[in-house]
Amino acid sequence: MSADDDLNAFLTREEIPPTGEGPLSGKSVAVKDNISTEGVPTTCGSAMLDGYVPPYDATVVTRLKEAGATVAGKTNMDEFGMGTTTETSAFGPTENPAAPGRVPGGSSGGSAAAVAAGEADLALGSDTGGSVRCPAAFCGVVGIKPTYGLVSRYGLVAYANSLEQIGPIGPTVEATAELLEVIAGPDPHDATTREPETTAYADAADGDVEGLTVGVPTELVEGADEGVVERFEAALDDLRAQGAETVEVSLPSVETAVQAYYVIAMSEASSNLARFDGVRYGVSGGYEGNWNESFAAAREAGFGEEVKRRVLLGTYALSAGYHDKYYKKAQDARAWVRRDFAEAFEEADVLASPTMPVPPFEMGESLDDPLQMYLADANTVPVNLANLPAISVPAGETEEGPVGLQLVGEAFDERTLVRAASAVE
Amino acid sequence: MVDHEEVEHVASLARVDLDDEEVERFAAQFDDILAYFEALDEVPEVEPEAELDNVFRPDEVREGLTQEEALANAPETEDGYFKGPKVS
Repeated sequence: MSADDDLNAFLTREEIPPTGEGPLSGKSVAVKDNISTEGVPTTCGSAMLDGYVPPYDATVVTRLKEAGATVAGKTNMDEFGMGTTTETSAFGPTENPAAPGRVPGGSSGGSAAAVAAGEADLALGSDTGGSVRCPAAFCGVVGIKPTYGLVSRYGLVAYANSLEQIGPIGPTVEATAELLEVIAGPDPHDATTREPETTAYADAADGDVEGLTVGVPTELVEGADEGVVERFEAALDDLRAQGAETVEVSLPSVETAVQAYYVIAMSEASSNLARFDGVRYGVSGGYEGNWNESFAAAREAGFGEEVKRRVLLGTYALSAGYHDKYYKKAQDARAWVRRDFAEAFEEADVLASPTMPVPPFEMGESLDDPLQMYLADANTVPVNLANLPAISVPAGETEEGPVGLQLVGEAFDERTLVRAASAVE
Repeated sequence: MVDHEEVEHVASLARVDLDDEEVERFAAQFDDILAYFEALDEVPEVEPEAELDNVFRPDEVREGLTQEEALANAPETEDGYFKGPKVS
């Protein structure tokens, strides 16, 4: 076994050739295993879909191939995108090439590790509550969570539709922005996509932050680890030295954003994952008993613990008697987060925070305490609740591993994010 | 307080069988997680901005999967149909 394979970044290594020529000619792009590839297995890191081979390509895969990219294979992930470490894959955890013995972050950990280790030039992940930005931060690479509606979700195996976007991961801001250019834009197969004013992003990576106002939400810095805050403050100093101005802003709503995020994501998951019944696809529950019994047996065998936990909690949150207490309140919290961000953008062009409040966890550290893992998503989930774009760019390292700086922008203002992030590099 | 019976009830609603150990673990964890979610009670009522539009496209026939493709991933098929357990 080669050192590359030791990372377990890929679930399927298969070169899918390009169908055209374009900006990605000669480039290899690794694709997260919840994004459908025609004729090539797509498992979502789950035993439920072991052996599933989609009969069609996701729109983003079609666009990659048309732009000249060679798909390098399918990357490891937390099962169905549910995790912050890429340890809950049914096919074993991925190692972090930038911090040995530590997790690569999740849930797109395989994609970020593949880029960080040079096993692919670029990669696609999906970000429901930070799943592109977290592994980008932990692996020392760049990740973009696009504005909701910028990138088609057609062919993405759904986990929480109202929150998730496919996003690019790359070694530099410019290269990552170039991949975003290729996959962005409306798609008749996904009615939530919109026509943005522009999808030219790479040329914005000019490092020009003269006159840019960077808002710093105090709530997203206070709880972070000391080493992370040091790197974050140094990155802000660097931006100020290049002509940016920083101002403090307040986002009081973020105090309940994690709760709102998990209630909404779990509720949507409980509905979306109902399709895995072992009849049309998925492991079969056999033919003993009736449909419900067979269905429940298939799901016991096919789903891992984190998936069961979220499906059950989502079912609970939506059940009679609890809907108003959890789901409806979470929607209120979501509206509050959106309003807070809108007010912050009256004072600042972009908002900056550490991407993750902690350095990469040690392998196995967070598995026994799901609540502790959920809390680590405090800085990333508000962005998904507000449907905004965000980028994670490397901001140095602590002794425990890389630190990411997160920049959040206004809807469809990815150009400003790319510009600001390129000044951090 | 989430007890074992409640976890088993929700599991039956969600159509997921659990073993005894999972029921025990989930009961303890759900207590913590649901207690944490209680913070949502403090959220002020906020008028959500109505920004959703219905999007319609013409209802045109177009190519879809072949029957063979649609059935390709099914564990069991018969005569061009999905084969499943009896419904009740």
